[in-house]
Amino acid sequence: MKKLILAFALSIAVLAPAAVFAAGPSVPVDKAHNDLSDKESLKRGFETYINYCLGCHQLQYQRYNRTFADLGIEEADGVANYMYTGEKAGDHITNTMSEKDAAKWFGTAPPDLTLIARLKSPDYIYTYLRTFYVDESRPFGVNNTTFKDVGMPHVLQDLQGVSTIDENGNLTPAMGGSLTAEEYDVVVRDLTNFLEYVGEPNKLERKAIGYWVLAFLFFFFILSYFLKKEYWKDVH
Amino acid sequence: MLMKLFTDFMGWIDKRLPVTEAWNKHVGQYPAPKNFNFWYFFGSLAMLVLVNQILTGIWLTMNYEPSGDGAFASIEYIMRDVDYGWLLRYMHSTGASAFFVVVYLHMMRGLMYGSYQKPRELLWIFGMLIYLVLMAEAFMGYLLPWGNMSFWGAQVIISLFGAIPIIGEDLTIWIKGDYVISGATLNRFFALHVIALPLVLVILVFLHILALHEVGSNNPEGVDTKKPKGSVKPEELSKFKFHESYTKKYDIVDSIPFHPYYSVKDIMGVAGFLILFCWVMFFFPEGGGYFIEAPNFTPANGLKTPEHIAPVWYFGPFYTILRVVPDKLGGMLLMFAAIGMLFALPWFDRGTVKSVRFRSKWHLANLVQFAICFVILGVLGTMPASPTANLIGVIASFGYFGFFIALWFYSKNEHTKPVPERISH
Repeated sequence: MKKLILAFALSIAVLAPAAVFAAGPSVPVDKAHNDLSDKESLKRGFETYINYCLGCHQLQYQRYNRTFADLGIEEADGVANYMYTGEKAGDHITNTMSEKDAAKWFGTAPPDLTLIARLKSPDYIYTYLRTFYVDESRPFGVNNTTFKDVGMPHVLQDLQGVSTIDENGNLTPAMGGSLTAEEYDVVVRDLTNFLEYVGEPNKLERKAIGYWVLAFLFFFFILSYFLKKEYWKDVH
Repeated sequence: MLMKLFTDFMGWIDKRLPVTEAWNKHVGQYPAPKNFNFWYFFGSLAMLVLVNQILTGIWLTMNYEPSGDGAFASIEYIMRDVDYGWLLRYMHSTGASAFFVVVYLHMMRGLMYGSYQKPRELLWIFGMLIYLVLMAEAFMGYLLPWGNMSFWGAQVIISLFGAIPIIGEDLTIWIKGDYVISGATLNRFFALHVIALPLVLVILVFLHILALHEVGSNNPEGVDTKKPKGSVKPEELSKFKFHESYTKKYDIVDSIPFHPYYSVKDIMGVAGFLILFCWVMFFFPEGGGYFIEAPNFTPANGLKTPEHIAPVWYFGPFYTILRVVPDKLGGMLLMFAAIGMLFALPWFDRGTVKSVRFRSKWHLANLVQFAICFVILGVLGTMPASPTANLIGVIASFGYFGFFIALWFYSKNEHTKPVPERISH
């Protein structure tokens, strides 16, 4: 048992620097508090994505039917309600905007968002979509405190309304949207949730398996400890 | 009936290939000192991780596409569409980091107990060659996901060779197979990563173990368990049966057969290791951004440099040594010198007492400062450069090199404690 404790102490010593020095994002972000096991939230996020994001941002590594299956949507319902341009259920979630056109329109092609939650973190997405403000000097009339001089218009402006920024860099509450601030946060949280899911569709399965594997390994460790003890009885 | 069939079969084989003989010599009747401690787990664990890397690597190769256009997408294909592809990929990526964790601890063991000293110099050299090839293997493997950090990490390291006078520029083009890092570079790194270097690694591991079994295992006391033939009273001899290739030449004391004693003990080590390994793999496969770096979730892009290009953590110490020298060529030379010093360690140490347990306080202090400096260098290697970091880096580099220099001086006439004749417990 002494050795077991030592093993843990040592491995923590090895891994601790990683935890202490894990690079945080450069801009402060709000916690998204999204929940990957909440399928209703994921469905709403998927819907928002299809309606507001997919026109520009592909999810080129993720398939429609995989998404339906994971989110608990019947394939026939999914094809009818989420797919508008005649793709097959097994196709990747793509759009038809050419990169050349996109670069002309936005200055840079809108990135694929399949892995955005792993690249930036869910909290970053949740914060970013809530920090647009009016800035007439920008091509689309908006800027963002989380992603300065972003090339993207505020696509969810109809829902959130517009914020302005004061000289201290603080945002005023958004005005003129169809949703209240709380309702808008829920929309963004659902969308963030969906993007975290798309970043790694197996995340929940991975952890679920992980608990069983660890449980087995603890049992196996105890067994191997007693096996060793039994064999080593004759060593003096 | 079945037993007889098996005995007959083994008899048939043994007449044609010495399988039983090899098993007895290297496993069943191999004399291992009875006092191995916690630090002796990491050799077998390194073997386990090697096997893990080879097996998961084979299955990953079945679905990976080594091309500039297809590599990144094929990784996501493995992550999403291949059954348990995510598991294979995480086993491999976590395994890469785990490999260096166990290898560094294995090397530390060698330092602590003087396992590099005469007569184990060649054994140590083989180990160092394994470490060197492992670094090349990891570096090339890191390009294969074709993420943006893969690309820029390779860019930084390959450009180092450009600092070599006269041939430098041509050399970098020769390595890349192109004027920039491209699909051609990816393809050759793939070839080296999946066949050339693993082959060399396996051969070196084989030689490492053969060399170990020729000279015998060291132990935490650094006491020789192979005594001159006839020098030990019969009742003092180890009561276990060892292979005659050892007992013919020596009187074996304080030893036990590797199997079953250390095989069951190593199984316990494997279980403990797997608990930690699986905990990381199933719950933090990115290792906090150290095992899989975030910029690698976007494809390689020669026009977009990541905010902060950091090598993977296991290259950290050498990357810091490289960076503390203002001159690129000088930095590279110092970095290679840092590895060269380790190779030459058996000749820096002029002492005859092996284990730190019986050596001077100076040696203990030197070892501790070396380990601390190595960790500091590693941490600095993953952080952005700054004047403070640079200063600490310079100090830690002095600590690193100072270890070897100081060792050479004090080891000649070191005040050591008397080494017991036999393993005491």
